[in-house]
Amino acid sequence: MFKIFEPGKIFLITSKAPKYVMILFIIVLSIGLLEALIFSPEDYKQSHSVRIMYVHVPAAWISLGIFSSVAFLSLVGYIFKNKNFFLIAKSLAPSGLVFNIIALVTGSIWGKPTWGTWWAWDARITSMLILALFYVMYLIAWRIYEDKEQVLKITTTITIIGIVNVPIIKYSVDWWNTLHQPASINILSKSSIHSSMMFPLLVMTAAFALFSLLIFLMKYNTELIKIKNKGLDRL
Amino acid sequence: MYGRKVKLRFIFIILILLSLTLSVFLVIKSLEENVIYFKSPSDVKLLGKLDKNQIRIGGMVKENSIKIKSNEVNFIITDFKNEINVTYSGVVPNLFSEGKGVVAEGYLKDRSFFEASKILAKHDENYMPPEVKEALGEK
Repeated sequence: MFKIFEPGKIFLITSKAPKYVMILFIIVLSIGLLEALIFSPEDYKQSHSVRIMYVHVPAAWISLGIFSSVAFLSLVGYIFKNKNFFLIAKSLAPSGLVFNIIALVTGSIWGKPTWGTWWAWDARITSMLILALFYVMYLIAWRIYEDKEQVLKITTTITIIGIVNVPIIKYSVDWWNTLHQPASINILSKSSIHSSMMFPLLVMTAAFALFSLLIFLMKYNTELIKIKNKGLDRL
Repeated sequence: MYGRKVKLRFIFIILILLSLTLSVFLVIKSLEENVIYFKSPSDVKLLGKLDKNQIRIGGMVKENSIKIKSNEVNFIITDFKNEINVTYSGVVPNLFSEGKGVVAEGYLKDRSFFEASKILAKHDENYMPPEVKEALGEK
């Protein structure tokens, strides 16, 4: 069923693609930063500190998206006993953790001038911190356990517990009173963010997604080289 | 199409996810008191007895309710059903203003009087340039 995931064919892509993704990333990031820092208007209430949002929100989205993908890949890998899925998940995780930390730090920097505090133990922020801890646990597990069978079981366990947290992060602002504001962007109803601010937000999201793709390709390429060096042409 | 083992593992994963979600739901449901970041003035009205501990109250700053004398700020937090008078001495955040969200941390003196030790401004989910805000205001 998963013939297209044969390492030999993928290796051709992962060894060549990073260059092009890098170029694309730099172009999209430059457009995004120009839009976010210079051309987009200031907010009526928070004036220029709104610009932090263009980094904060995409970073949070990407880190949530990557954790969901990691969990999904681990579970599918576990059900079909396909080790390649675990390697894809392993290669995705680091950039997810980086964006998770970026979201927490930029949120904190934004919180000080806006809310008047660096940190609040409200449901959204705390659940985001828990997600970061799950990322760290996941990545550490890969480093600790040498035994292949063992590491697959442990990382799957971590992701299956961690994935329960993801809907909590998403809906925490709707379910409970939180200091964090509810979502501004809704797919089904009208968004409460002006279109002039929506554009840089989407470009920055694309830039961050490209960055994750770039890191993923490089990481995954390394994993494939490791397998090659072991003299195995299959997983 | 798939082996028996694959089906079993699939059912296994689904069961684990279901039971985890259910237990997390139950835990959070029973801890709801602590999960919410602040109480609304209506919640305070419904309190059985006054809380001696530090609590947070959130809502809107009522229009024309901010009174500043020397270093003390007085204002009213409203959720459009009930109101609470708040007194606070100290620096308020930049975004603290009338008609906007606020969270006050401190102690209840009685059901309608609150002494805050910390004020946080709550930002809403609306983002727009100043010109758009003005245009909206004129309508």
